Amino acid sequence: MTTEAPQSIPTPRVEAPREVEAQVFVAPQWKLVWWKFRKHKMAMVSGVILILIYLVALFADFLAPFDPGLTNSTYLYVPPQSIHADFGEGKPGVYVYGVTSTVDPVALRREFTIDPSQVIPLKFWGRGWEYKLLGIFKTNLHLFGPADPAQPAYLLGADRLGRDLLSRMIMGTRISMSIGLVGVFFSLVLGIFLGGISGYYGGSWDQLIQRLIDFLRSIPSIPLWMGLAAAMPLQWPAQRVYFAITVILSLIGWTSLARVVRGRFLSLREEDFVTAARLDGASQPRIIFRHMLPAFTSHIIASITLAIPGMILSETSLSFLGLGLREPVVSWGVLLQDAQDIRSIATAPWLLIPAIAVVVSVLALNFLGDGLRDAADPYTR
Amino acid sequence: MRSYILRRILAMIPTLFLASIVAFVIIQLPPGDFATAYVAGLAANGDIVSQEALESLRADYGLNEPVAVQYFKWMGGILTRGDYGISFEHREPVSALIWERIWLTMWLSLVSVLLTWLIAFPIGIYSAVRQYSAGDYIFTLIGFFGVSIPAFLVALVLMYLQFKYFGKVASGLFSDEFVAAAWSWARIQDLLAHLWLPALILGLGGTAELIRILRANLLDELRKPYVITARAKGLPEWKAILKYPVRMALNPFVSTLGWILPSLISGSIILSQVMNLPTTGPLLLRSLQSQDMYLAGSMILVLSVATVIGTLVSDILLALLDPRIRYQ
Repeated sequence: MTTEAPQSIPTPRVEAPREVEAQVFVAPQWKLVWWKFRKHKMAMVSGVILILIYLVALFADFLAPFDPGLTNSTYLYVPPQSIHADFGEGKPGVYVYGVTSTVDPVALRREFTIDPSQVIPLKFWGRGWEYKLLGIFKTNLHLFGPADPAQPAYLLGADRLGRDLLSRMIMGTRISMSIGLVGVFFSLVLGIFLGGISGYYGGSWDQLIQRLIDFLRSIPSIPLWMGLAAAMPLQWPAQRVYFAITVILSLIGWTSLARVVRGRFLSLREEDFVTAARLDGASQPRIIFRHMLPAFTSHIIASITLAIPGMILSETSLSFLGLGLREPVVSWGVLLQDAQDIRSIATAPWLLIPAIAVVVSVLALNFLGDGLRDAADPYTR
Repeated sequence: MRSYILRRILAMIPTLFLASIVAFVIIQLPPGDFATAYVAGLAANGDIVSQEALESLRADYGLNEPVAVQYFKWMGGILTRGDYGISFEHREPVSALIWERIWLTMWLSLVSVLLTWLIAFPIGIYSAVRQYSAGDYIFTLIGFFGVSIPAFLVALVLMYLQFKYFGKVASGLFSDEFVAAAWSWARIQDLLAHLWLPALILGLGGTAELIRILRANLLDELRKPYVITARAKGLPEWKAILKYPVRMALNPFVSTLGWILPSLISGSIILSQVMNLPTTGPLLLRSLQSQDMYLAGSMILVLSVATVIGTLVSDILLALLDPRIRYQ
C-alpha cells in the first residue's frame, strides 16, 4: 500500500493540483485534446480568424456591396476611396469622397482625383444588387454600401473593367476557401484507402504503394499540374473545371496523408487492444473502423488542416498562371491574375490586395494545424 | 559504398520509366493530335490542307500507329538520338529550344539551394543554442511567413516596392547587351549578378523549413550525454556544439535536397513567369497554352529526370556523410 511511504519526505504538492490531476485522469480524449490545444495561443487566434473567414464565405453576397461581375467603363482602375466619418448634426455619417476622372492629354491615361465636394454617404443595411441569401431567400439587402447604389464606392479600388475589388475579393473567398476543403476531402479518401492498405496489410502492397508515393513526390508537381490543367477543354463549364482542378490537386496531395495513415496503422497494428480485438474474432472492417481509426482521428484532422493551405496555394498558383479557374468564376488566384506583370502593378497596386487574403488564410491554417498537431496526442507530455 | 550507389541507380530506372509515361500521357491528353493542331495552325493563316496531305503528315510522324508504338518511337528517339520530337509552334526540333532554358532552371535551383543552406545553417544553429530567446522567436515567426507565402507573391511585392522607390524593376537574368551574346566569362558574371535575387526569393520557403528542421534536430542532439561529457571535459563551447552535434544535425540538409528540388523547380516556373526569367517556366506555360505538346511533354520529362537525378545525388551525399544510412 502506498500509505506506508516514508512520511519524512516533505511533499511540496498541495491538494489542488491533485484534484486537477484526477480530472485529467477521467477526462475523455477530446477534452484532453482541447485542453492542450487551448494552450497554443496562435492556434486559438487562428481558429477564430478562420471561423470569420468561413463566415465571410457563407454570407459573401450579403457582405459584398456591389455585384462582383458588374463592369463600369467610367471607373476603370479607380484607386481605393478611403472611408471618412462625421457624425455631427446634418452630417452624412460614414462616407467616401467622390472621384472625378480626367484624361491626361500627354500619356492618354485616365487619371482620377479625389473630389472632396462630392460626398457619397455609406449606409448600413442598404439595398443593392439582388442575390439569394444562402441560396434560398431572394433579397437585395446588404451589410453596407453607398446609400444610392448607383454611386461609386470602391473601398479597395476597381480592376481593369471597373469592377469593385472588395466585392470580388469577398465573393472569391467562397471558391478559394472551399477548394482547399474539397481537394483535401478527395486526398483524404485516397490517402486513407491507399495508406490504410499499405499500413494494415504490409508486404508487397505496401512496397507498391510506397514506390508510387516516392515517385509522385519526386517529380515536380507544378509542371505536372500545368500539363493536366492545360488538357482541360476550354468549353468546359465552370463547375466541371472547378471539380477537375480539385481532382488534379488531390492526385498529388494524397501522398502525405497516406504516409500519416500508414505510419499510424503500422504503430497501432502491434498494440494490445488490436490483438485483443482480433483474438475476440472481430472482423477486419470492425478492427479498422471501430478500433484503429478512432485512435488516430486527431492525427488525421491535424494533417488535413496542414494540407489545406497547400491546396489553396496551388489553386492560387494555377489560376494565377491562367491554367486554373477562369472568369467569370472569381477566386483569389483569378483576381491575382490581373496583377501578373509589373505594368499593371505599377498602375494599380491595389490589385495585389487579394494576396493579403491568401497569406492570412494560409498562415492561419498553418498555425491552426500546428496547434492541432501538438494537441493530437494528449498523452505525451 | 559502390554497391549502394549501384542499387540506388537501379532503383531509379522504374521511376524514370514512370516519369516518361506520365510525360507522354500529358502529350496525348488534349483532344486531337499533333497533325490536327498543325493543320488548325495552318488554317488560321488561310492555308487549306487537303485530306491527303493530312494523312501523309500523320504517316510521317507515325500518328496512325497505336499509342504504345508511338511512345516507344518517342522514347527511342530521345534515348538514341536525343530527338525529342518537333515543336509545331516554333517549327523547330524541341531539343534546340529547351536546353539553354533547362540549364538556366538548373542553375537557378542550384544557387537557390546553396543560398538556402548558407542562410539556414547559422540561423538554425543560433535558434537551437539560444532556444526561446527573442531572436529565436523572431526567426520562428519569419519562418512561418516564409512557409506560408509563395515565392511569386514575394516577387510581386518586391517588384512593386522596387518600382515605387527606385523607378526601375529587376527582371530577366541578363543585362541587355548579354541577352543574345555567346557564353563568356563576362556573361556568366552578368548572370550571377542577376541570379541571386530570384534564387533568394525562390529559396525562402525551403529556408524556413530547413531552419525548423535543423533547430529541432540540434535541440535533440544537444541534450544527449556526449555533449555533456564534452563540456565536462572542458571543451570550448563552440567546439562542443559545432564538432559533433551540428554534424549529426546536418543530415536533413542533405536529405531534404530530395524534396526541396521538386518544389524549387515547381516554384521557379511561376517565379520565372512573374520576373520574366528565361528559364523553362514561360516556355512551358506558353507551350501548354498553345497545346504544343511535344515541347511541353519533353520539358516535363527533362525536369522530372533532373529532379530524380538530383535526389539520387543527395542520397549518395547522405550516404557519404552518414555511413549508417547504407545499411538501412
